[in-house]
Amino acid sequence: MNDTTSLNAPRIHPARLLREGGGAPILFLHGAGGFPGRLPFFAELAASHEILVPEHPNFGASPDAPELRNVADYAYYYLDWIKQLGLPRLHVVGHSLGGWIAAEIAVRDCSAFASLTLIAPAGVRVKGIPTGDNFIWSPEESIRNLFHDQNLAAQILARTPTEEEAEQMIRTRLIAARLGWEPRWFNPGLEKWLHRITCPTLLLWGAQDRLLPAAYASAWSARVPHLTHHRIGACGHSPHVEQTAATLTHLRAFLREH
Amino acid sequence: MRFTSFHLMPYRQLDQKRAYAERSSWVVLSNELYDPKVGADEYESYIDHLARGEELGFDVIAVNEHHQTAYGMMPAPNLIASALIQRTKRVKIAIIGRALPLVSNPLAIAEEFAMLDNMSRGRIITGFVRGIGSEYHSTGVNPTFSHERFHEAHDLILQAWTKPGPTQFDGDHYNFRYVNIWPRVYQNPHPEIWIPSQGSTETIQWASDPARRYPFMVTFASEESVIRYLNMYRDAARRHGYEAKGSQLGWAMPVYVADTDEQAIAEATEGAETLFNLYLSQTVEMLLPPGYMSIESFTRTMKMRGKQLMAPRTATMKGLMDSGTVVAGSPKTVRERIARMQDATGLENIIAMLQFGTMPDHLARRSMEMFAAEVMPHFQDKVRTAAAE
Repeated sequence: MNDTTSLNAPRIHPARLLREGGGAPILFLHGAGGFPGRLPFFAELAASHEILVPEHPNFGASPDAPELRNVADYAYYYLDWIKQLGLPRLHVVGHSLGGWIAAEIAVRDCSAFASLTLIAPAGVRVKGIPTGDNFIWSPEESIRNLFHDQNLAAQILARTPTEEEAEQMIRTRLIAARLGWEPRWFNPGLEKWLHRITCPTLLLWGAQDRLLPAAYASAWSARVPHLTHHRIGACGHSPHVEQTAATLTHLRAFLREH
Repeated sequence: MRFTSFHLMPYRQLDQKRAYAERSSWVVLSNELYDPKVGADEYESYIDHLARGEELGFDVIAVNEHHQTAYGMMPAPNLIASALIQRTKRVKIAIIGRALPLVSNPLAIAEEFAMLDNMSRGRIITGFVRGIGSEYHSTGVNPTFSHERFHEAHDLILQAWTKPGPTQFDGDHYNFRYVNIWPRVYQNPHPEIWIPSQGSTETIQWASDPARRYPFMVTFASEESVIRYLNMYRDAARRHGYEAKGSQLGWAMPVYVADTDEQAIAEATEGAETLFNLYLSQTVEMLLPPGYMSIESFTRTMKMRGKQLMAPRTATMKGLMDSGTVVAGSPKTVRERIARMQDATGLENIIAMLQFGTMPDHLARRSMEMFAAEVMPHFQDKVRTAAAE
C-alpha cells in the first residue's frame, strides 16, 4: 500500500495522509514545518511497519478547521481520529510540535499506545535555557538554524518552492504561530502531568538543536516514567531527516522491544 | 481643513553603525544604546515642540504608541498626553493610537482615556490601532489573534464608555463580570476615535461602517496609495449607503518647509532617509508576523510590495519625494501638494509629522513655524470661506 488519500475524522476535517507499508502501525505526527511528504525515514520504516503520516488540520493543503485553536484541541482531535482508525497497539512518533501533540494525547489517554517516541518535542520549557526564535528568523536563517550540516541546509535552500508550496507554507506558518507563539512552544500545564505517560517512551534529541536545546531533554527524563533517552550527535532539530540512519537504529531497537 | 502636528519622538543620538548592524531598530536593538541623560533632553524638547502647536494655531497635537524601539520613545503615550494637557488650554490632543490587542486588560485603556478626557475637559481624540508587527514580537501577544482581539477590545471599550455600569462583557479573549469604569468619559457620547492605518481592506470596511464612521488616516504611504485607500473608504461608505465626509479622511506624512524647494530637500534629506532606513525599517518576519494580516491580504501585500519589503534600508530622499511619501518644499510647493491631495480625495485632515528621523530641533522648529504661518492659513481660510458661502 502506498497512497496519499483524504480521510474524514469524526466531526472534523480531512487531511492529507501518507499511508504505506504493512505490519504494526506507526502514527507519525509532523512538526510545525508542515507535512513532510515521503521522507526516506518513512520509506525505511514501511519495510517493517505500516506507517501513517496525516497532515494536521489547518496546515499546508488541509482544509480550514477554525475550531482547532490550540494544542489541546489537536490532542482531542487525534484521540477521536485514533479511535476511529481502530488500530490496536499503535506506535506513536511525534516530532517537535508533533511531539508536543503526542504528549498532550498521551497524558489524556495512552491506552491505545504501544509506545511513544518523542523527537525533539516542544511542549515543555526549561527555565533559564532560551530557545531559538524561529518566528524572527528569515526563511534562510530558519533552514540554517534547523540543521547542523550546513551542506544539507544549502541543498534545501537551493531549491525554490513552487507557488503552490509557497502558499501552503504561509498557511502552515500561520497555524504554527497560533499554536506556538505564546507561551513560546510550550504549555505551562503539561509538565506536571507527564507521569501519566505510562507507555514505553523513547526520547531522541539532536545534540546541536538550535531551536529547542538538547538540554530540554532533562525535563522529560525527570517526569516520564518509562523513558529511554538518546542524544544524536552532529544533528540539529530534525534527527529523522539529518541523521536518518542513527534515528532509525534507535527507533528500531526500541520498537523491537515493544 | 483640520491640521494636526504629530510626533513620534525618535531617539536621535543613536549609534547608527551599531543600529545598522542589527536586523532592525525594533525588538532586538540593545537598549545599551539608550542614554537616559540624552533621553531626558529629548523628552523635554519634544514636549516643547508639541505644546508649541497650540500657539502656532494647529487644531490638534498628537502622540502615539510604540514599544521597544529607537523609532519612538512613547511606549505609554498617555503619559505625554497628560503632560500636554497641563501645558495647553484649547488645542485638541490626539493619542493615535493605543494598540488594543497588545494588552490583556483593555478596560485599562478605557479608564486612562476617560481620565485624560476629564482632565482636559473633553479635549482628547483617541485612536485605536492593532500595533505594528514587531510589537507582537516585543509583547509576546499572538499575532494570529490580532484582529479578534482588536474587535473585542474595541467593543469592550465602547461598552465601558457608553453603557451605564455595571455591565458584563463576554468575549473569546476578554471576559469581564464587571464593566463599570470610574471616571466616565467627559465627551458625549465619547471621545472621537481615529483609525490610523496602512490601508488594509478589512480595516477600511470596518472603520467606514455606518455604526462607526471612524476617521481613517493613511500613514506613510505613497501619494498614489493614499489616494487609492481614501477613495476605497469613500466607495465602502457608498456601499454602506452614505457619503463619507472629508472629516472622515486623513493623510499622515512627514512634511518639511523651507524658503525654497532646494533648501527644503537639502535640509530634510537626512531626517527622511534615517526615518525610513534607520528607524522604521523592519524585516518581513518582524513587520508581518504570521496571522497579523489575513492570508489573502498578506499574499496581496507581498505581490504588491514584496520587493520593497525584502530590500529594506534602500529608501532615498529622491524616491520618497517622487512617490509623494515625504512632502518637502517651499510653502507654495507644500500648499500645492496638499491641495492636490484634497482635490483627489476630499480629505479634511492633515496629520503633519514636522520632526522626523534625526532632524535636529532648530530645523524642525523653523519648518513647523513656516508650515503654520504659510501653509495652514491658506486651507483654514478656504474652509471659512466655504462655510460663509
